[in-house]
Amino acid sequence: MKVAEPSPLQIAIEPYSPLGRSGLLPALHAAQKIYGWVSEASAAEIAKALRVPLADVHGVIEFYSLFYDEPTSRHVIRVCTDVACALKDADGILNRLCSKHGLNPGQTTEDLSLTLEPSPCLGLCEHAPAVWTMDDGRWTVGDGTVEADRPRSMVYGPIRILTANCGNGTTSLETYGEYAGLKKAKGMTPEAVIAEIKASGLVGRGGAAFPAGIKWEGAAKAEGSPKYIVCNADESEPGTFKDRVLLLDDPHRVIEGMCIAAYAIGAGKGYIYIRAEYPYIVPVLENALNEAREAGYLGEDFDIEIRVGAGAYICGEETALFESIEGKRGFPRIKPPFPTTHGLFGKPTVINNVETLCTVPMIITQGSAEYRKLGTEKSPGSKLFCVSGDVERTGVYEVPFGVTLRELLEMAGGVKNGTPLKAVLFGGAAGAFATQEHLDVKLTFEDLRVAGLPLGSGVVMVFDETRDMRQVLKSLVHFFAHESCGKCYPCQMGTQRQKEILDRMAEGKILADDFDRLQDVGWTMTDASLCGLGQTAASAVLSAMKLWPELFQG
Amino acid sequence: MDGKEITVEDGMTLLEAARENGIEIPTICWHEATTANGLCRICVVEVEGWRVLQPACVVQAVKDIKVRTRSEKVIRARKTILEMLASTMDLSDAPEILTMMDEYGASADRFPDAIRRESEIKDDNPMYIRDYSKCLLCWRCVQVCADDAQYTYAINFEGRGYETQIGTFFDKAIPETTCVLCGQCVGVCPTGALKSKRQYLLEQGVSPEEISVLSTGRKKRKK
Repeated sequence: MKVAEPSPLQIAIEPYSPLGRSGLLPALHAAQKIYGWVSEASAAEIAKALRVPLADVHGVIEFYSLFYDEPTSRHVIRVCTDVACALKDADGILNRLCSKHGLNPGQTTEDLSLTLEPSPCLGLCEHAPAVWTMDDGRWTVGDGTVEADRPRSMVYGPIRILTANCGNGTTSLETYGEYAGLKKAKGMTPEAVIAEIKASGLVGRGGAAFPAGIKWEGAAKAEGSPKYIVCNADESEPGTFKDRVLLLDDPHRVIEGMCIAAYAIGAGKGYIYIRAEYPYIVPVLENALNEAREAGYLGEDFDIEIRVGAGAYICGEETALFESIEGKRGFPRIKPPFPTTHGLFGKPTVINNVETLCTVPMIITQGSAEYRKLGTEKSPGSKLFCVSGDVERTGVYEVPFGVTLRELLEMAGGVKNGTPLKAVLFGGAAGAFATQEHLDVKLTFEDLRVAGLPLGSGVVMVFDETRDMRQVLKSLVHFFAHESCGKCYPCQMGTQRQKEILDRMAEGKILADDFDRLQDVGWTMTDASLCGLGQTAASAVLSAMKLWPELFQG
Repeated sequence: MDGKEITVEDGMTLLEAARENGIEIPTICWHEATTANGLCRICVVEVEGWRVLQPACVVQAVKDIKVRTRSEKVIRARKTILEMLASTMDLSDAPEILTMMDEYGASADRFPDAIRRESEIKDDNPMYIRDYSKCLLCWRCVQVCADDAQYTYAINFEGRGYETQIGTFFDKAIPETTCVLCGQCVGVCPTGALKSKRQYLLEQGVSPEEISVLSTGRKKRKK
């Protein structure tokens, strides 16, 4: 009897078979790398290899924007149409590309030679307009005319501590030097390491600003094993691109931070979950992980695996991210229980943002007292801000906590062409607007809280006086409608209703009771949604309604 | 709860605690036979000290917790969710929700721009029909088909967000899936999105006699 040769797909997914369901996203990526999309036969093959029910495999493909269950080209051009890019004529770029190739947005040519898509924020806001092309497994990023294999880093600011290695042009371990923080940490007890992080006052940089030391302590004390450390590199908040720069230019810093966290909580396994829109970072990270293994920093006691997302903003929500690593649709879980006790695979887990983890080695190396000399009493240290939109010099700015918004904007050369300022979007799509009146607010957690502005992930997106804020809001709410997971009703339907109302308003058609309608939808999402996405999906709209009520009244 | 001091068993949810003490909290997605997921948020209540409203179906009662089941925030959320539902799907087979709408003064045409979720009736098997225009995504059918009861895994989700729909592997007809026609999904569907074929035919005006002939004919053919 003749044994059939294994297919390319069978060979490609074989390594994921022992992972079971957790291998689902890597296996689907492998199938798409070969065929460009996941056919019924491929999905069935994967289901069989991983022992996952067929309907569940299909449910997962359907959830993630970058998995396709209909014929799709291996050559895909994606044009970012979110806020910062929308300011730079992203829609025009998309339309011109479409007419050039005779396609509608989202369509594939009949011969499967090209797919053209609008895309949610690509995390390239300082380079707006952004276009990301995948062709036969290779990628380029650019503005649709000029393309490169990776985005250029534009890092500025009066201090360069966290970003010291950014823009150096190399990420080698030799340049980074030994893991001095890890070495010092291993000479301390895990409890002492946690105490140092607590004393430093470090809070999460992903948006929620939860004290990192308390999180670590929770996981360290939690019963259950194994324990996990997860790096949240699913940076997808429109306007945010700092983690991209840190990972691409200084991967060892985040790996060292994870090693220290692992030592502190007793974790044996770590994951870096990175969004699929950053493919150029993956080989850089892989290389750095290999260097760290060779140097003995990773290996027996603790090792790190990279997981690549598949186009779902919600997977930046920590519990949705766990679900995604576990091979499921990225539905956020109800909290409590919290990740520190019931995290990845139901085990105690610390999940931190890239920037948070990057701050850890320096805190340990120099000690929390020294670290606290920078910044303010309640917001110690430095912070990366993602400055985009209508300013002269967009980019990542590292500043000590406590500089004012005015100072930051001056560093960025002020509003483009000297045009008066209309507004600054703080904290991303899930943020709130600041105006002229807020220019002297200090950029600290405490001052921004008083001003009613979220620091969030450090987004500072600038809009000049000529901008139509209804169009800006339209773009923001389209993002949320696209990214709602659909689990809880307020967000599932609220993001859609919000979009419908603002689409109409952007055309200048305003009904008498629209103000109340939009308020009810917004507050219902804010008060009653299950996770942070829904709870902040109306944040920018509600803040705009407070600042410029006339925009919403007929 | 609502200013009334109540004592409950350890581990009880706020919903159970309320019902035991004669306080009515509405529910839509909750079902005694399925795992509570806190999806519909109709059962949200205001718990002192919490920033956002909490789903009573999953949050456990703890000592000295202060709960308001009908605060202004709660009422606004419930009313708006009901109005959004009415502008999204066909509630004609969901009398309990229609009653709820009356109670909360929810208007079915609050959202004039609403793009409704509409879908053709799927009539692809002898036991039940699927009319996803009436589906409110309570997940009960998916849950009983999977780990909550039958371990059959014939259905899951399609799409995401507002576009979510219940579906099979690559939209296959039910007989081509792992479905064993156990009928449990039909039993837990709250809105008539899943309906036994017989009930559906009766509603279409087919007489019991005709249905009887149809089903007898089928049996005869099988011999």
